[in-house]
Amino acid sequence: MRQFQGQTLSWDLHDGIIELTLHREPLNEISSSTLEELEKFVTSLDALSQDSHALILHCSLKSGFCAGADLRQLYGWIQEYGQSEVANHARQYLERIHAVMNALDAAPLTTIAAVHGVTFGGGFELALTCDLIIADKLARFCFPELRLGLIPSFGGIPRLKRDLGNAVVRDLLLTGRSFNTTKAQQIGLVSQVVGEGEVLRAARATAKQIGKFDPTTAVLAKRFIKPIPLDELRKEIDVFCELLPRPAVQAGLKKFVESTDAQPYLP
Amino acid sequence: MPTAEKTLDEILTLAAAHFKVPREKLSPDDDFFKTLGIDSLQALDLLTKLENHFRVELPDYELQGVTDFRTLAGKIQIRL
Repeated sequence: MRQFQGQTLSWDLHDGIIELTLHREPLNEISSSTLEELEKFVTSLDALSQDSHALILHCSLKSGFCAGADLRQLYGWIQEYGQSEVANHARQYLERIHAVMNALDAAPLTTIAAVHGVTFGGGFELALTCDLIIADKLARFCFPELRLGLIPSFGGIPRLKRDLGNAVVRDLLLTGRSFNTTKAQQIGLVSQVVGEGEVLRAARATAKQIGKFDPTTAVLAKRFIKPIPLDELRKEIDVFCELLPRPAVQAGLKKFVESTDAQPYLP
Repeated sequence: MPTAEKTLDEILTLAAAHFKVPREKLSPDDDFFKTLGIDSLQALDLLTKLENHFRVELPDYELQGVTDFRTLAGKIQIRL
């Protein structure tokens, strides 16, 4: 399928470049419907990669790249399944998310995340599957999960550790603070910083340049330099599922999803 | 290091330009969420703009509960 138009995302293959566009209002919260369409995409990826050398992952919404997991859905699961069963349900969901993220991480082409604005939680984790991150000057990155009594669960901790080292992970994870593109480039997370509204143009130019190289060499180079940290990814799911049923998490999520303040609840 | 007054003035000017509000409509003790008509995501844009302008890093948890320009300026001033 060279083109797809879904409820949460779409893709298009043109001149050897796949553009995967997120467009779920309000800010691409990753829900079950997003996951289903991402699964559809990775199922199509082998066929798409026969005619492509690069994948650009971006978002067409003005407010940002992706706010992360759909916390309303997560809170709804706690209500629906109760504290005894919610971890089992979450584990099944996370197994599927991790399969998608691992497929994107190992995709047989060069992948570029073109991000702007809010790139938080699961959105940050999605960007971390890509080989390169190109960011708008106003992008911000964050793992806010500890503020709600959880850890990132879409593979973010092992991938960030793989790419940047343990100290950066500890800073982001244990403080829950966000940081800007300037900092992200200083620490080596972001490869290019561009002006507001220019991120897709820069990603396309980079993808075009990559197309000049031998694709077999590019794929082998990527496999050599970018191993998937499978053991740590498994442990991440275990820790998340251990934390999720606690009453403190339920209370934090309740405050967050029910907040109507200009500044949503976050401790 | 700029004075606290200069820092505050630059914040007001920058916020007015970014959110396309006349500068003269902004006062130091205004609730910037209300005066600028912004939400928390737009406030993050403002934070990033300010960090880039003043070349500082301002952890967002320090801004929890901060809603007026003067207090915001104070948070930035101690990092200059």
